[in-house]
Amino acid sequence: MIMSILKIPTPLRSYTNGRAEVSVNGGTVASALSSLIEQYPALKPHLFNEQGELRPFVNLFLGEHNVKDLQGLDTPLSEDDRLILIPSIAGG
Amino acid sequence: MKLRIWREALAQIHAHGEQAYPEEGAGFLLGMDGEEKTVTNVLALPNVREDGARHNRYLIAPEDYLQAELEAERLGLSLIGVFHSHPDHPNQPSEFDREWAQPHFSYVITSVEKGKARGSRSWLLKEDRSQFEEEKIEIL
Repeated sequence: MIMSILKIPTPLRSYTNGRAEVSVNGGTVASALSSLIEQYPALKPHLFNEQGELRPFVNLFLGEHNVKDLQGLDTPLSEDDRLILIPSIAGG
Repeated sequence: MKLRIWREALAQIHAHGEQAYPEEGAGFLLGMDGEEKTVTNVLALPNVREDGARHNRYLIAPEDYLQAELEAERLGLSLIGVFHSHPDHPNQPSEFDREWAQPHFSYVITSVEKGKARGSRSWLLKEDRSQFEEEKIEIL
């Protein structure tokens, strides 16, 4: 079992009992997100749309790299990797 | 629902909206979270939307988001929301604002008409993400 750390941004911490970091398991970014949602189901509508797609404001960084520039949700994770969830702050 | 905000912080929000005019200006609200939220500091940040889009769109870069979290931590405060301006438009959230909104963040919108800030209102996304609800601003 590969365990990684997922850092949670401030506005979403009310769904993780105030935790800024959550341990997630899974060998890819997609499975890490599944693990997060399994632990904190109320987060789901704020990360995924009604079609089950990741909302456009969700960015995941592995170190300094946006996973969109790696292999997206299929990006592999190693033990103790730190994945950072950063919302795009945008509007009109 | 109420958002308390220090007078100086609101003045900085208005000044930033006027400086950014005719483009949108944006940044973060820092302060005390809890039952009653109080904005004590603001952090104005660059609008990194592309040329030609900044008159009706704003975007804060991910690295600036991380810096804002660190700055709040350094000051012993929390990130409690976002402010932005609507040049020559009312201070009500657009559909685009709703789609991109974060839960639990206060969204302070300032209407800037012909370069002059005309007032701000604060909005909070409903839990089901269907719409915003207004929260009254109390100036301290």
